[in-house]
Amino acid sequence: MNELAASPYVIEAVYLIASALFILSLKWMSSPTTARHGILAGEIGMVLAIAGTLLHHGIVDYKWIAVGLVLGSGIGIPLGMVHMTAVPQRTALSHAFGALCVTLVGTAEFYLGTQNNSKFGLSVLSMEVILGGLTFTGSLMAAGKLQEILPQRPITYKGQNFVNFLLMAVAIGSAVYLVLHPEAKQFFPLIVGLSLIFGILLIIPIGGADMPTVISLLNGYAGLSAAAMGFVLQNKLLIIAGALDGSSGLILSVIMSKAMNRSFTNVLFGAFGQVQVAAAGGAEVKPVHSATAEEAAAILAAANKVVIVPGYGMAVAQAQHKVRELYDILSKKGVEVRFAIHPVAGRMPGHMNVLLAEADIPYDRLIEMDEINGDFPQTDVALVIGANDVTNPAARSDASSPIYGMPILDVDKAHTVMVIKRGMSPGFAGIDNPLYYLPNTLMLFGDAKQFVGAIVRELSGGH
Amino acid sequence: MSENLIDALFIFMLACFIGFEVIRHVSPLLHTPLMSLTNALDAIAVVGAIVMVGERKSTFATVLGTIAIVAATSNVVGGFFITDRMLKMFKSSRPSE
Repeated sequence: MNELAASPYVIEAVYLIASALFILSLKWMSSPTTARHGILAGEIGMVLAIAGTLLHHGIVDYKWIAVGLVLGSGIGIPLGMVHMTAVPQRTALSHAFGALCVTLVGTAEFYLGTQNNSKFGLSVLSMEVILGGLTFTGSLMAAGKLQEILPQRPITYKGQNFVNFLLMAVAIGSAVYLVLHPEAKQFFPLIVGLSLIFGILLIIPIGGADMPTVISLLNGYAGLSAAAMGFVLQNKLLIIAGALDGSSGLILSVIMSKAMNRSFTNVLFGAFGQVQVAAAGGAEVKPVHSATAEEAAAILAAANKVVIVPGYGMAVAQAQHKVRELYDILSKKGVEVRFAIHPVAGRMPGHMNVLLAEADIPYDRLIEMDEINGDFPQTDVALVIGANDVTNPAARSDASSPIYGMPILDVDKAHTVMVIKRGMSPGFAGIDNPLYYLPNTLMLFGDAKQFVGAIVRELSGGH
Repeated sequence: MSENLIDALFIFMLACFIGFEVIRHVSPLLHTPLMSLTNALDAIAVVGAIVMVGERKSTFATVLGTIAIVAATSNVVGGFFITDRMLKMFKSSRPSE
């Protein structure tokens, strides 16, 4: 018997308080001013819940618990120290870890036979390991693609959707069989195995720019699998936390899909129609106007209102700190500088915001697309750095374009547009961008970090 | 058991509605820390693993459970750490905030 045992009511009371703290934690994330209270609430809730659990009467030995807690902390701390550019893959990895925990506990519970008396218990257990399994491998694949260890381009083959569908059907069918015939234990490894494979196959056809939607979806699945674990263990705190995480992931996925004007099913299963458009149209080379750093600096210095449009390319070039210097020097000259953030800029929801915040750019300068789009006609200069498809006017006007209907930033409506780009190669959607050929557009060819650095030098040197 | 089940379903439903409502109001500015926070909270799954490992009912369960504790604790510690780091970076240009 556990000498530290506390009455189950004490532990339930602690869970009740922790649940309330978790909900408050998320509520306080609504704005940057209250957000840090949110973290504190979450941390207190977590510590309380874990401490309360340690008093559980069924625990006879703390040794391995302690080992696990210490090892976990040892891994978690370095993972918490990554740069903002690595946050998408770290997030994907943490989804994998969360799903791993749920799948392992589910598997162990199955072989301990705790759910054998209950059809419902076995059903949620199956759901737990199916969701957990596919989220585990799917998230590992996503992390691999983001870290560029795995190829970022979609890997497709004929009949792919059929194979995936078949796999999942067999897994679910086996689960149903198992629930009706709990003695058929051999079906369990089949269910887990198929789910793991399904996770891999689900993610390989997805390309880099679709990652924000996919990461959000995996976040949701990880939450749902934890909620299923809560049903199995009859732990209300887990059900609540899982439901919160699940709905968060789901909402973000919907927002991301809308921002790309594609449905889920299209993101998950539609890799075919999407990238292959790169082919046609490259024949004639149309002329563009280009400019040097000095010219660009002069135009910027003379402007009153400047909007900078950052894209993932800026992060890849590690130019965000130079951009901050540009922001500083222009602001000192009395120019109003704001940043237009497209919802799917970056590799995960809100990624561009943390990249710019890391570079010390004040958050009130970061304006969402819907808010800032109406301001472009009054903007003197729109400076596009490392963004392409989100500025492409074909999305508005060209019904035959693959990105038609996607919400974009109306940079072409500004008085002058300057685009920093290495060359004229197409963006992720593989199509040309009419913006570059407009009369009021100037192309600034070069590496983002170097070019912005050169503009900053011009602005500080000459005047 | 079925009474517990109904209670659990009620709670799940209410939690989903609360989740939708609360998350809807999170500023897009904070979507990235939101995801790392929800992931850290989700790692509360560690409590299930803790009880299972502590009960020592079988070697298999203890081994799987310990690995589960490691994975979940990594999310708890790392998740809160990185979310806090991110939020510290958000500064306003207006001195009053």
